[in-house]
Amino acid sequence: MNRFRAQGWTFWIGIALSLLLMLVPLPAMIEPLKPYWPALVLIYWALETSDRVTVGLAFGIGLAADLLNGALLGDQALRLAVLVFIVLRFRSRLRFFPMWQQALAVWLLLLNNHVLQALIRAFAGDSPMPVLSWLEPVVGAVIWPFVFLLLDDVHTRLRGKAT
Amino acid sequence: MALPQKESTPIFSDATAGTLRLIAYLALAAVLMVLDHRNGWLHRARYATAAAIVPVYKLAALPADWIHDAGVAFTQRSKLIDENRQLRETLMLAEARLNRMQSVAQQNERLKQLLDTQHLLGMHAQLARLIDVQLGPTRDRVMLNVGSREGVHVGQTVIDSHGVMGQIIEVLPHASVAMLVIDPEHAVPVMATRTGSRGIAHGTGDADQLVVSNLPLSSDIKAGDELVTSGLGGRFPGGFPVGTVTRLERDPSGMFLQALVKPAAELDRSGEVLLLRDQPEPEGPPAPAPLVGPPDSLAPASSEAHKRASAGAAP
Repeated sequence: MNRFRAQGWTFWIGIALSLLLMLVPLPAMIEPLKPYWPALVLIYWALETSDRVTVGLAFGIGLAADLLNGALLGDQALRLAVLVFIVLRFRSRLRFFPMWQQALAVWLLLLNNHVLQALIRAFAGDSPMPVLSWLEPVVGAVIWPFVFLLLDDVHTRLRGKAT
Repeated sequence: MALPQKESTPIFSDATAGTLRLIAYLALAAVLMVLDHRNGWLHRARYATAAAIVPVYKLAALPADWIHDAGVAFTQRSKLIDENRQLRETLMLAEARLNRMQSVAQQNERLKQLLDTQHLLGMHAQLARLIDVQLGPTRDRVMLNVGSREGVHVGQTVIDSHGVMGQIIEVLPHASVAMLVIDPEHAVPVMATRTGSRGIAHGTGDADQLVVSNLPLSSDIKAGDELVTSGLGGRFPGGFPVGTVTRLERDPSGMFLQALVKPAAELDRSGEVLLLRDQPEPEGPPAPAPLVGPPDSLAPASSEAHKRASAGAAP
């Protein structure tokens, strides 16, 4: 149980940090390239733990992100729910991919996420996404190995300490 | 652990349930988005949770602040000096402008007070401005920027918003000289508002002192009594504040009291003054008492109430 709680702390701190990172402003030039941190963190936890991340949880986190982001309530909730659903569906396969394949899968996931975002924006009548932002899934895929390793390191360390 | 249990459940039904759940969530999200788009729920939700959200924003803004601070710390010195110089110039300009504004605001205040006085009295008066020159060794006389061409003549009373300042003694085409009440040669008939006892206030040459001499020892004038012009003598109209009694003492002969009076007018500060046009009757009783008290707070209110009452009665 202790171990589960430690994991819970890591999970929630990771989510909170990812939401913060989502809000941190970057120079205007590279702002569209900012990776979608909450998605990356959720993908990691969906892959690593079988019972923590559910579609409902992703939905809730997405709602919180929407509340913070202030674009459209339900937008990120939908996208994160879809993302987590796909990850959970292919979890057993994705887990044992080599890193580069996993990065590729992350790219596809993020691309799908991005397409959804563009669609939602189009339906809501917002201005289209900047062209540069289509590189964002690539950035996400490129930094995926590092995110994975970092989270994995923290995760295993805390687990070791807890037990 | 729940892990083996979950793995052992039939994969087909689990997947179907998962898909159904996903569809439910998608529908929920779609409904939320439509409602938000139509009704602006998000703004209301953000408004309601602002106490929690704003600190998050502040936290998120910290790195950018740090980067900005670091940028400032590492900016080249010369650039900073340049910027500093520029900012200082701008500041000086702004300060100068601000000072000017302040003086204008004060002037405005003074003018308004003067206008009030004018309205209160129901008299014709002319606005004049002091020309700041030193006439003679003492500051007993002042020069005004209006003269005979503007209709000024000798003997007009000069007042400011607080009281009697003096009278015109000399008229030039576009300027005039006024003798202040503190001039030793100047005298003004006064009356105590509390008792109605009369006297004559002389200047002493002292910048903030008049003296009312030859008061009987039995007179009940006291320190703090307000003196106004009595209107006797035909020079000054009645009812203008002249000063406040500060002290009583026996005069050198010991037969009479004399009262030391602080002038009401701001003799050394006024920039604008009023010249009263209407001369009082050469002789006659002092002005009626109601003129003395300033009923300015009561008069407009009552007239308004009256108007309102009549307007209400009309339809």
